[in-house]
Amino acid sequence: MAPPRTLFDKLWDAHVVLTREDGQSLLWIDRHFFHEGSHHAFAQLRARGAKVAEPSLNIGVADHYVPTQSPGRTIADAGIGGMVAGLEANAAEHGTRLFGLRDPRQGIVHVVGPEQGLTLPGLTVVCGDSHTSTHGAFGALAFGIGASEVAHVLMTQTLWQRRPKRMRVVVDGALPPGTAAKDLALAIVARLGADGAQGHAVEYAGSTVRGLSMEGRLTLCNLAIESGARCGMVSPDATTFDDLRGRPFAPVEFDAAAEAWSMLPSDADAEFDAEHRLDAASIAPVVTWGVTPEDALPVTAFLPDPATAATPARAAQIRDALDYMGLRPGQRLQAIGIDRVFIGSCTNARIEDLRAAAAVLAGRRAVVPGLVSPGSSLVKQQAEQEGLDRIFQAAGLVWADAGCSMCVGMNGDLVPAGERCASTTNRNFKGRQGQGSRTHLMSPAMAAAAAVAGHITDVRELLEGRA
Amino acid sequence: MMRPFRQVSSPVCALPQPNVDTDQLIPARFMKRPRSEGYGSFLLYDTRFDEAGAPRTNPVDDALARGAQVMVARRNFGSGSSREAAVYALVDAGFRCVIAPSFGDIFSGNAVNNGLLPAVVDEACVETLLAADVVSVDLEACRVWAGEAVFAFRIDPVWRVKLLNGWSDIDLTLSHADAIRAFAQADRLRRPWARLDSN
Ligand code: SF4
Repeated sequence: MAPPRTLFDKLWDAHVVLTREDGQSLLWIDRHFFHEGSHHAFAQLRARGAKVAEPSLNIGVADHYVPTQSPGRTIADAGIGGMVAGLEANAAEHGTRLFGLRDPRQGIVHVVGPEQGLTLPGLTVVCGDSHTSTHGAFGALAFGIGASEVAHVLMTQTLWQRRPKRMRVVVDGALPPGTAAKDLALAIVARLGADGAQGHAVEYAGSTVRGLSMEGRLTLCNLAIESGARCGMVSPDATTFDDLRGRPFAPVEFDAAAEAWSMLPSDADAEFDAEHRLDAASIAPVVTWGVTPEDALPVTAFLPDPATAATPARAAQIRDALDYMGLRPGQRLQAIGIDRVFIGSCTNARIEDLRAAAAVLAGRRAVVPGLVSPGSSLVKQQAEQEGLDRIFQAAGLVWADAGCSMCVGMNGDLVPAGERCASTTNRNFKGRQGQGSRTHLMSPAMAAAAAVAGHITDVRELLEGRA
Repeated sequence: MMRPFRQVSSPVCALPQPNVDTDQLIPARFMKRPRSEGYGSFLLYDTRFDEAGAPRTNPVDDALARGAQVMVARRNFGSGSSREAAVYALVDAGFRCVIAPSFGDIFSGNAVNNGLLPAVVDEACVETLLAADVVSVDLEACRVWAGEAVFAFRIDPVWRVKLLNGWSDIDLTLSHADAIRAFAQADRLRRPWARLDSN
């Protein structure tokens, strides 16, 4: 009898081309997504006079620098325009697929891959973007890489990796009303810490995770990197297969593929190197208050006080975060006023996320400005068919085109210095949404509630009689 | 061929903070530039300059003025975005080594691919190293000296050899071209659904 294996073990073993004596393995890569920021890697290819080894397995997507608020998606800034044009030129030169700026399927790479059925169970998926962990939601081995590694994949369709350790995060029970995958994901990051899963491949398991939609699982795996994990993943099941059937790039022989995929879930007695357990019933809507996603608390909580911190180093960290965020020790989280909201990003801009935000906003007005950027142009189209765009606009929010937008501000959608933004994104780092910007991460429903209230607030009160 | 790393003795650039993420190491707005322009002036830009572009008092410029090639920080250095530009900024500013109790996984890989040593030390050593004026780092011995004190640091053994020799992966990988081709051929039969050429 073969020893029991985890989902991760099965994915890893199926992709090892060779393992050196020193423990490094050369892995075959099934999908490589690249974006405008991959220009450094293409420059490395050019310097070597090298070609892309397997053009069909490398897919370009315009997302980080695309405009979201200009008619016809024209780009005024020459530097930004050059980034999008450079992506198109690299894809054309090397003969790869491209979902370019004006492609009706364009969107954020981590939304487009799954939406098109390019991301499948059993694959290795890489991209020069740390949130590539998102694709693990399908039962894929998916992780972010740097530019030198991108160049390596382009030239060889392989990567050298050391086998990470395995961690399982088990969540059981029903998520309480008013909470969603984002609250669960942030609660996990808070529990593990921003480096708690470093060096590990994390599998999310348990009845709560099984009960999540594909979109919820994508949100959960998206935030795996925020606890330092190499990758996050969920075992594929009927939810996964139902989602994939009929997607444009799903396998033609779908049933045969699904049969192979059904062998992937972790064996019952497979061992993990580390395990954490959470009770879903204990999850409340979560908000971050500081400058790392580990600074996350239930919305009902109060800000920490450096005076009562466990160590001087922790006290200094809290003081620095409160100072940057313009907050006081012990302040009530719900009393924090906000200047704007952003609903978007590869974390929370799929259709289910937009529905959750719209459910809170329907018939209400936002008292602060806000931007809603769907995860892809197809999500945008569907939202408009469902009338969600009219709800957002009636509430006073801007309904924009698809892209990374204000998550990272590369396209010019920025939070002005000193302003406080309620954001459905994944990083509250200093300056992430623009120089001097202050970010509070939360779910789409919570961001919508903050827009209506003008301050951080408990969405459960706004959902009474609605949900 | 990268510059091999053996030993470095240099003043310390001390950043006594945890979670120095790559968005801080290089803000996103600078990443449109080609590398050939040099990324050193963007390193920790918003720590060094205020919103109007005026220099702030900060530990980085002081250390750079003293010729620092070694940075010391607290846990989880280089977390966050996979942007290799964060490493370019450090390398172009003259850094050869960062010492911290832990690093973001992607950052460490990027660092090694650019000849920058990510040296992992125990939490207990960091206070001494943060307070040191000058340190000496020896990659062959995996030791760092700060005055009388000497500490061991950890680095993946494969990465150590790569850094010592200035090797990059690509030539090594290309020497395995036959194995890769054989794998791809067998894999096509094993997992026909994984390919995209028929769609
Ligand atoms: S939406 Fe934000 S986190 Fe996601 S890929 Fe774009 S920049 Fe990265």
